[in-house]
Amino acid sequence: MAEAAVQAGCRFFAGYPITPQNEVPEYMSKRMPQVGGVFVQAESEIAAINMIFGASAAGARCMTSSSSPGVSLKQEGISYIAAAELPCLIANMQRGGPGLGNIRASQADYFQAVKGGGHGDYRLIVLAPASLQELYNLTMNAFDWADYYRNPVMILGDGILGQMAEPVEILPYEPILELPEKDFVLDGCKGRKPRVVKTLILKPADGLIAHNEHLQEKYKRIESELSLCEEYQTTDAEIVIAAYGITARIAKGAVRMARAKGIAAGLIRPITLWPFPNEPFISAAKTASQMLVVEMSHGQFIEDVKLAVNGQCPVEFLGKGGGWYPTEEIILEKIESMAAASATAVKGKL
Amino acid sequence: MPNLTRTEVLTDAQTHYCPGCGHGIIHRLVAEVIDELGIREKTIGTAPVGCAVLLYDYFNCDIIECAHGRPPAVATGMKRVQPDKIVFTYQGDGDLAAIGTSETIHAANRGENITVIFVNNAIYGMTGGQMAPTTLTGMFSTTSQDGRGEHGEGPPLKVCELLSSLEGVCYLERTAVSTPKDVISAKRAIKKAFQNQIDGKGFSLVEVLSMCPTDWKLSTAKAVDFVNNEMKTAFPLGVYVDRS
Amino acid sequence: MDREQTKIIIAGFGGQGIVVIGNIIARAAVIEDKNVVGMVSYGAEMRGGTANAAVIISTEEVASPIITHPDAAIILNQPSLERFEPELEPDGTVLLNTSMVKRQPQRTDLTCIKVNATQIAHDIGNLRVANIVCVGAFIEHTKLLSMDSIEQAVKDLFSNKKAALVEINLKALHAGAELSSCLLPVQN
Repeated sequence: MAEAAVQAGCRFFAGYPITPQNEVPEYMSKRMPQVGGVFVQAESEIAAINMIFGASAAGARCMTSSSSPGVSLKQEGISYIAAAELPCLIANMQRGGPGLGNIRASQADYFQAVKGGGHGDYRLIVLAPASLQELYNLTMNAFDWADYYRNPVMILGDGILGQMAEPVEILPYEPILELPEKDFVLDGCKGRKPRVVKTLILKPADGLIAHNEHLQEKYKRIESELSLCEEYQTTDAEIVIAAYGITARIAKGAVRMARAKGIAAGLIRPITLWPFPNEPFISAAKTASQMLVVEMSHGQFIEDVKLAVNGQCPVEFLGKGGGWYPTEEIILEKIESMAAASATAVKGKL
Repeated sequence: MPNLTRTEVLTDAQTHYCPGCGHGIIHRLVAEVIDELGIREKTIGTAPVGCAVLLYDYFNCDIIECAHGRPPAVATGMKRVQPDKIVFTYQGDGDLAAIGTSETIHAANRGENITVIFVNNAIYGMTGGQMAPTTLTGMFSTTSQDGRGEHGEGPPLKVCELLSSLEGVCYLERTAVSTPKDVISAKRAIKKAFQNQIDGKGFSLVEVLSMCPTDWKLSTAKAVDFVNNEMKTAFPLGVYVDRS
Repeated sequence: MDREQTKIIIAGFGGQGIVVIGNIIARAAVIEDKNVVGMVSYGAEMRGGTANAAVIISTEEVASPIITHPDAAIILNQPSLERFEPELEPDGTVLLNTSMVKRQPQRTDLTCIKVNATQIAHDIGNLRVANIVCVGAFIEHTKLLSMDSIEQAVKDLFSNKKAALVEINLKALHAGAELSSCLLPVQN
């Protein structure tokens, strides 16, 4: 991820030590000076995100990374950055919570990432990679989406993704969009009128309402343009699993095992968590007899799945927080019990 | 001869400051210094949360408005990305010495090459006269109604004294705007703080003791006396560090 | 053992070079164009004084990076044997560093590779290469990957270091291959 950021032209990184993501600032502290960039170990998560605020307003591609408790501290700055419509990348390698929790993998920051986290009506583009290659590729894309939409982007990973090693093809950066000129940059008002980056809107009296409407229009546009999802063996699936990130990867193994046992299972893996890819769920709800949501938390992601499914299909749940993770066997067991229950139900009808 | 023409670094906007407030004078001093150094077109200011939040309406240069207490961190990001630009923060006592103490100390200790204008009026102005970190012992505020120090508030925080122990700091001076002589001295200090940045010398902070007649509940004349008699005793004027 | 996919656990005390073993096997798998995922375990999984690394090698895309039942375990100390022997898949493979592990596996379905790795490393002149001795023994008897790929992986891994380091590690690799034994399951 760190190298992908460098490849994509990230030239400012500010962070604060927290496990499990220390590899990122450690790498950046060495790499940034090599490419003429800046690394600052900030005095706090709050300072780090505010350094990003300044660096982004100064026109740099910039990022910060942290893990759950640290990302909570950053929420103030994230709200300001979203309000000021500045681009940046924030990585959250989630760990067990609430509170200091533990350092095992978790997906319990879903609500915080997808529904807000900081104050006010704003949205982050939230990406959930399931492999290191995808993490690498999405990190590059994230900078483009951030610049294109002038919006902060969050990569929502977890401790397992942070601890994994996989071969990654180091691809050179290619912009995936035609990027707009950064006409907001504060670089001194030579030859132009002074610019202001601000989030306080007192005048006119309805100025803040108008600004919010402007933001919402942008979010609608992002929703209509950006939605990524992987579907695995869903076409004929009776039981469709919904999972994201590392959990989806484990679930994929369970789908293979279920298929080997003759159960028609499939998987929908949202890659963008916001915007949420509703369409695959709407289609699957029409063809599948049941859905199963698997997440490393006590039922956060399931709310979006249920909204998308809209009662068209029963949705079962398998998940826990606090550092619990599902194994392929645990998911398979749940699939088998769902298949058995469904078979009994069908028999009952006959 | 003093320059009596209006500097182009300030806009024509009418300020929202109360009668007798020191912000107007301090804005003018900062603006004149930017003008005299010829750096308006490469200067980026940061607006704080507090009475001076609207300074982006008054200064005719690029401005970024920050979250409460965060200007030194924002300025760090801004300056590190564009080392050739001039970045200054303008902060009140609540912003700099309470909610943003950490950002202040660490930016100072890193020796960030920025200029900090610290306006100390010993009170939270915008929110209506609550106790500030720099409220004097025994002084009344809406949240220290029996006088500071009666209920475990501790003594006022002395920023120049606190920062003077940091080796990364280039220049610290405490000034005031309560007499004509002080105003001239404050301008000299502010100019030096900007010149230090131009010369790449590092973190410079000028503390300015200022009046808040409204929240002190004093007449404008009595507020000036309060600075001269009470505040200067608690916060002695002078150069605290000069490594320039 | 699954023909498509092999799940390997490497376990021992922290500092025995567990991650390096995983790294070399994973690199060799990449050289052979196989899919591979590695993971170092942490947190509650470090109970009993053991640290472990997991490597999954597969001809298809690796799904879960987490191993519940390994096909093979490279065991560098006694507590790791206690922990992982019961979890091995039926007919799995276990490699024991007999310098550190004093008992036999209790299960009779396991293929057991034995190598006196710490002693061999001592004889070569560097205790720290005991882990590489184990890799040599493991590859020699499982043929999971070719020895050429492993050699290449060792060279790649230590390419930034001194040439002597590559040399002693290669020596350890071959000593492990030569000076190890393999016991097939009794019941077969």
